[in-house]
Parts: sequence; structure tokens; C-alpha cells
Amino acid sequence: MTIAQRAAATTTTWIDDRIGAGKWLKKNLRKVFPDHWSFMLGEIALYSFILLLLTGVYLTLFFNPSMKEVVYNGSYAPLNGIKMTQAYDSTLRISFDVRGGLLVRQIHHWAALLFVSSVSVHMLRVFFTGAFRKPRELNWVIGVGLMTLAILEGFAGYSLPDDLLSGTGLRIAQGIVLAIPLVGSYVSTFLFGGEFPGTDFIPRLYSIHILLIPGILLGMLTAHLLLVWYQKHTQFPGPGRTNKNVVGFPLFPVYVAKAGGFFFIVSGVIVLISALFTINPIWMYGPYTPDQVTAGSQPDWYIGWLDGAVRVMPNWEIVLWGHNLSLNILVPALIVPGIMFTLLGLYPWIEARATGDRREHHLLDRPRNAPTRTALGAMGLSFYLLIWISGGNDLIAQAFSWSINAITWTIRVLLIVLPPIVFVITRRACLGLQRKDRDKLLHGRETGIIQRLPSGAYQEVHAPLTDDAKAKILSARESYYEPIEAGPAVDANGVAAPKKGRLARRLSKFYFEQRVTPPTDEEIAEGQHHAADDLATVRPAGQITSGH
Amino acid sequence: MTQHPSNEIAAHDQHGAHGAHGEDSLPEIPHVLRQTDIDPRAARRAERQVATMFGLSAVSTILFVVAFVAVKKDSVINLPVIGPIGGQNLALGMASGLALFLIGAGAIQWARKLMSDEEIVDERKSFSSDDETRDAVVEKFRQGTDESGFTKRPIIRRTLLAAMALVPIPAIVLLRDLGPLPEKKFRTTTWAKGKRIVADVSYKPIRPEDIPIGGLVAGALPADIREVEELQGNLNERAKATIILVRMDPSEIRGQQIPGGDVDGIIAFSKICTHLGCPIALYQQRTKHLLCPCHQSTFDLADKGDVIFGPAARRLPQLPIGVDNEGYLVATGDFQEPVGPSFWERG
Ligand code: HEM
Ligand code: FES
Repeated sequence: MTIAQRAAATTTTWIDDRIGAGKWLKKNLRKVFPDHWSFMLGEIALYSFILLLLTGVYLTLFFNPSMKEVVYNGSYAPLNGIKMTQAYDSTLRISFDVRGGLLVRQIHHWAALLFVSSVSVHMLRVFFTGAFRKPRELNWVIGVGLMTLAILEGFAGYSLPDDLLSGTGLRIAQGIVLAIPLVGSYVSTFLFGGEFPGTDFIPRLYSIHILLIPGILLGMLTAHLLLVWYQKHTQFPGPGRTNKNVVGFPLFPVYVAKAGGFFFIVSGVIVLISALFTINPIWMYGPYTPDQVTAGSQPDWYIGWLDGAVRVMPNWEIVLWGHNLSLNILVPALIVPGIMFTLLGLYPWIEARATGDRREHHLLDRPRNAPTRTALGAMGLSFYLLIWISGGNDLIAQAFSWSINAITWTIRVLLIVLPPIVFVITRRACLGLQRKDRDKLLHGRETGIIQRLPSGAYQEVHAPLTDDAKAKILSARESYYEPIEAGPAVDANGVAAPKKGRLARRLSKFYFEQRVTPPTDEEIAEGQHHAADDLATVRPAGQITSGH
Repeated sequence: MTQHPSNEIAAHDQHGAHGAHGEDSLPEIPHVLRQTDIDPRAARRAERQVATMFGLSAVSTILFVVAFVAVKKDSVINLPVIGPIGGQNLALGMASGLALFLIGAGAIQWARKLMSDEEIVDERKSFSSDDETRDAVVEKFRQGTDESGFTKRPIIRRTLLAAMALVPIPAIVLLRDLGPLPEKKFRTTTWAKGKRIVADVSYKPIRPEDIPIGGLVAGALPADIREVEELQGNLNERAKATIILVRMDPSEIRGQQIPGGDVDGIIAFSKICTHLGCPIALYQQRTKHLLCPCHQSTFDLADKGDVIFGPAARRLPQLPIGVDNEGYLVATGDFQEPVGPSFWERG
């Protein structure tokens, strides 16, 4: 035994004697982790979160979450002598007087952007590949919670430095709170300790940003990862990969090296970006004051869709018996996001209603093989992107000299028209791809070699598929469903069938009425026979054969 | 379609019609040998690459410490494309960024080139327990419920549920002192009859002659705003009282909320957007339109401050103004409707 091996043996023995870790390690040291680039998205989210915890704790050492006014007197000359809150003052100090402070601030902000971005794309990956299906519905719901909290946490952090941009964001948030029916003005005065802006809010937001939400995030993240561990990762279809196995690399050493290495790569890249590109230069915005604003100000990207929704909403307001219902605010800022996140959270059950399928799924769908799901996802995405773009309507107006009025109306119309069109096109595209796959499987792949038939006609030679391609195409069988059929209207005893299930049938029809049947083994066998004939006649390159 | 038996892992052969594609016919998991598997020289080269990256990372960490001490706080470096950037930030960031990145790159290179890249297979088990176990669980639950008498003693059950339903109330009541009740605070501002209007920043009082026709005072406040702020220790009054003043030819004014609320074509409006409270500043002198930079609500100042576009539902409140006996602009009262965003009780 080498020294290292002996050390490892001694350590494991020591731990095993105390907590019996041996069994667990024996089972898990070589635990299998499937590999695919898209599985790294969740990892990026995890690593940027770790970076956020580390840099966040560092920032708390210098940041002063107080709204008490002081006069600035520090290294950033243009603001000397100006009144500002201690929150802003201490952020300036972190940026200009603490060595490396600016770097840590920038890392914190870039990591926050990467965190929300990777969580979002990770969620799209899970959606479009059907990784949320049984038995992983719980983890999907935890994921939706994580996504929501990530956005809130980012907004809370963005609001802490009390610069002109962040204060304006808070003002808008307070306006939204005011619009809540019945209790809005109470909630607002309670949150702000009186009127806006008061002096209580930033200290309160601070506890939320550094303790409450990170605490919940950490707990949910842990649950999320434990479930991934316990249920084992899904895998894409491929040769030798079935619904009953996991194929991949062992935890120790390959996965540890790859995942550990990737942590350092993500951290390194975030730090390098922070070295080179300034994000949120709060010193350029000046301290917050409620009577000033900068034009063309934009929130961080993940708030853009809410901002955009608020912008395109028509100015509807209902006044009844002396009370206001501000639909212009409630709909875009609370109701639509509420519906979006609820639908997202419930999606696994909606789809399960349509399939009637209660099996476990560990093989991922190729998006084309679930045409309706993919089309619904694309439709949702187009809606999201449209309202996100509308969040920059003033920038677009400026860049192209269009009228804001025209842009807003265009987006309003598109919001209604475009998502259904995207749905139809996407579903057709998926079905088309599936048909192509079917052809490939039955007739082989196109080789680009032309052959002349005895009749004199020319035809392309088709070659058999690789194992990999074949496995991928065959996986369509796993994703294939037919609409749920209604039972007989009256059963054997003459009792009318229950109305229940009608909704599920309708849903099922919507999902699976249009479909492509994956080829059966007989069809394939027949197809291969033809292909073999084709191949047998191919001559060395360049020669066109005649005759059989 | 055929109902799938529940609680089972799907196998290919579940779809009877599509024929069996069972475990026995599983193709091999493909594996291609790498250069480093066959050629010891390539392996040694990979080894050297990995070690170099780890070594360079260590050097970068040391450079970080050097930069921390050596690079001045106010040094600025001009980078091509990116532009001027703080020298300290750049040096510290590049050094620590590379130190981290190189460890990662080295580890990945090691894993990809030198560790085994043969994929291994593990079986999955269904998560469901068998029926016997499930029955046993149900039985245990029944036994527990019986022993507790939870079902048989409804009075205990009901009082417990009632108590549990009420117990979160203190947690909500405790939040009461987070702030005062709103009362009428959203309806009034510090403006009052006779209060002088001063320009923002300079805090100088304004005479009508200071504003030419077509002119704009983009921010104005009550003369005593700084004392009020000193007294209250916050910016709350500023957030409500800030106004803008515009002057147009009196004939251009098509309507006012407060008849005669102007001074020779000078009209005062709340600067706080009625949509979500942003201060408004973009005034188009030709059209007399005022545009909010936040969500582009547009108000017509020549016509009662009405909303002509955008998500705001309410017009901008007008502040009635006059001139005091020294010739300075003053308010002649408070706003007649609440400034800022709508709220439930606004009416
Ligand atoms: C998912 C987690 C988090 C997100 C998305 C996030 C996001 C943000 C953002 C966008 C800012 C503004 C940064 C700027 O100045 O440009 C910020 C500030 C701040 N964050 Fe976080 N953060 C997270 C976690 C944490 C944690 C765990 C802590 C502390 C334990 C923390 C402490 C701070 C502090 C003290 C500030 C204000 C200091 C400053 O702005 O310079 N954050 N955060
Ligand atoms: S705050 Fe002015 S338009 Fe929204």
C-alpha cells in the first residue's frame, strides 16, 4: 500500500468505527453519474450560489444597512460633500476604500446574474426533456420555489445599496404593494414603518436578503440535491441506456474531478468577468432621492419581464363605492406572474392527466418526441420574451426612432397572436422531425451516393443507422401516447359511465391527437431488408451501377 | 390507450404493439480509446499539462497577494475595447480569477485525458415498496390512530384543531408595530396656503418672471422642506411634495383641474407619477406632454394633466399656486387629490 492508500484506509476505519459509514461509502463511492452538457446547468447554479454565500458574507463585514443620512467624504471625489444614507455611503466605501472590495461586490453581482440565468435555463432543460415526470415531480416543485426565491433574493440585494436606481425600483415595488386590494396601504405602511421611503426599510430588507431567503434557499437546495442523489440522475437515450439503468461515470474519481473542477472553472470565470467588466457602478447613479430619476434605467435582466408586463398593460382601473381596484397594476404585477408560476408548478400533474401514465421515467424525452409539451413550452417562452422585450420599449424606441405608442400596441397585439402561432409551428416542426426520424429508421440514413436503377431512374443509397442514432430514434416509443379513449357510455349493468374523466380525455386529445407512430420492429425489419439490398449494390466510389 | 400498470418502471416492451426490445438485446455501451490510453507519450504530455496548470494557479495566487500590496487604489488602466478600468480591481481579479480557473481546467483535463473514461452501469430499482409493506403501513397508522383515540374522541380532535388554527395569530399580531396605520397620510402633503415654492437643489424662491413661456422647472419643493426633513428624519415629505412648474401661453391651456390655479400660464403639477410613483421629468415643450421614464405614462399638462397614454390610470394632481406680496410663487393650498400611486381607499 502506498502512503496515500494507507491514510485513506485509516481515515475510513476511524469514521466507520464511529458512524458506520463503511456501508454507505461502499455503495456510493462508485455511484454512477450520467454525463451530458445540459446537466451542467444546475451545477452552474449551485456553484454561483456558493460564490454568493462566500462573497455575501464578506460584504456584510463592511456594508452598513442603515438609512441614516451622512455626508460623504471618501475617495470618490465627485460625490464628496453630498448627503446620502449610510447604506450608500458604505457601498461607496466598499467600492473605493476597501482593497478588493469592489472586486467582491462585482463578483457578488455577476454571480447573482449567473445564478438566476443558470437556474432559468436549467429549468427549461428539465421542462423540455420531461425530467419532471414521475418520480421527480417533487423536485420540480422545489425547483419552481427556488426560481421564485432566486428572483426575490436578487431584487432584495439590488435594492440594498440605496443608489438612485435601486431606490427607484423600491418605489415601484411600494406602488405595487399599495395596489393590493383591501390591505395595500396597511401593508405598505407596515413594511416601510410609515410612508415611503422612511428609514426602516433597508435594514428590514437586509435581514431578508442575508438571512431569511438565503436560509430557505439553502434548505431547499439541499432537499433538491438529496432528491437528485437518491432518485439518481435521468439520462438521455443511447445505446445500452434503458429506463432501468444508469450509465455514466463513477462518483470517485471522475465525477468528483469533473464537478470539482467545474466549480473552480465557474468561479474563475465569474471572477475574471468581474475583473474586466463593471456591473452596477452605483457611484455613477448617485444616492437615492425620491424626487429624481434617470431616464432609460433598467432593472437586472430577471426583473425585466415584470417591468415589461407593467408597461404593456392598458390603464384599466375599477372604482366602485369609493374603492379602487387597480387592474393596471394588479394584473401584470401580481395576477399574471401568479398564474404563470402556478401553472409551472402544476405542470407535471397537468401532463400526467393527459397521458394517464403512472410509470416511472428515467430516460429523458427528446423534445421532438413530446410535440405538445415542446410547443406549450415554446409558446410560454414566446410570451415571456415578448413581455421581457417590452421592458425595454423605451430603448427600442430610441434606437430605432419608433414611437413608444406604436411599440406598445404592437406588443399588445403580439402577446395575443404570437404565442398560439408559435405553438402551432413548434408542434408541426416536432411532428415533422419525428416523421423524418421514422423514415431514417425504416430506410436508413441518406449517404449522398447516387445509384441508377435498372429502369434508368436514379436513386440515393441509404445506409443503416449507427447504434447511437437508432437508440435515440427508438426512444420515441417511450414518449408515445394515444389519446385516452372513453369507455362505453353505459356499462354491462346499464349504469351510465361517470362524467369524471371527461376533462382528462379532452386534455389527452389535445395532447395526442396529432402524433407520429414510432415504427414497430416488423416495420424496421422490413426496412432493413430493403436497405441491405441497396447497400449490396453499391460499388466503389464514383461508379454508377446499373442492374441488380 | 392501454392503461399502464401503476408503480412500475416503464420498459420498452410495455408497448406491446411495438414488439419486444428487451434487456437481452441491449447494445454495448460504446467506448473509443483515447490517444492517452494507447500512447504513453501522449499520457505524459497530458500529465505535464495538468501539472503546469496547477503550478500556474499557485503562481497566480501569489501574484494576488503581491497586487494587493503593490497596486494603488486609484490607478486606472486603459484596456482596448473595454475602456478605462480600476487597476486594483483588474489586477486582483485577474490574479484570483486565473488561480481559480487553472485549478478547474487542470482537474477537468486530468479527468478527461488520464482517468478512465469507460462508462459504467448501475441498475435502478423502483421506489415503490411492495403491497405487503404498504398494507403494513396502513395497518400501523390505523393502530396508532386507534390507540390515540383521535377518531373516537371527537371533542379532543376538534379542540386541538381549533387551537392549532388559532395559534399562528400572535405571529401576525406581533407584526402590528412594524409601522403606524396609514390614516390619511396618503392624501395630504406638506403644501399649504402661502408656502413658497423653491427650486430643487438651489432652494431659492421663484418669481414668475424667472420662467419664460415654454419653460420648465423640473423640480420644485416647499420652502421649508429641509426643516421638515430635519424634524422628521426622513425623505417622506419630499417623496410627496415634489412638483414641476411649466409655463405656457395662457391661451394654450385647454383645461385645469383647479380653475384659476395658474399664475399667468404657470401651472404646477405633482412630479410623482400616479402609476407607480416614479418622479417624472421628460417634458415635451411643443406638445405639452410629460412622459414618465419608468413605464412611459404620458400626461397632457395643457389639459388638466390627463393621462393620454400608458399604464397610469389617474391624472397628475395640480397644485394651486399664486404670488405672495413680495412677488414670489406660493401654493394657495394643498393638492385636491392624493398624489402618487392609487390605493384601495383612494376613491
Ligand atoms: C441567491 C443568493 C443571492 C443573490 C441572488 C444576491 C444578489 C445581490 C445583488 C444583486 C446585490 C447588489 C450588488 C451590488 O452592489 O451591485 C446584493 C447585495 C448584497 N448582498 Fe447579496 N445576493 C445573494 C446572497 C447573499 C448572501 C447569502 C449574503 C450574506 C450572507 C448577501 C449579502 C449582500 C450584501 C451585504 C449586499 C450589499 C452590499 C453591496 O451591495 O455592496 N447576499 N446581493
Ligand atoms: S411610474 Fe410612471 S409610468 Fe409607471
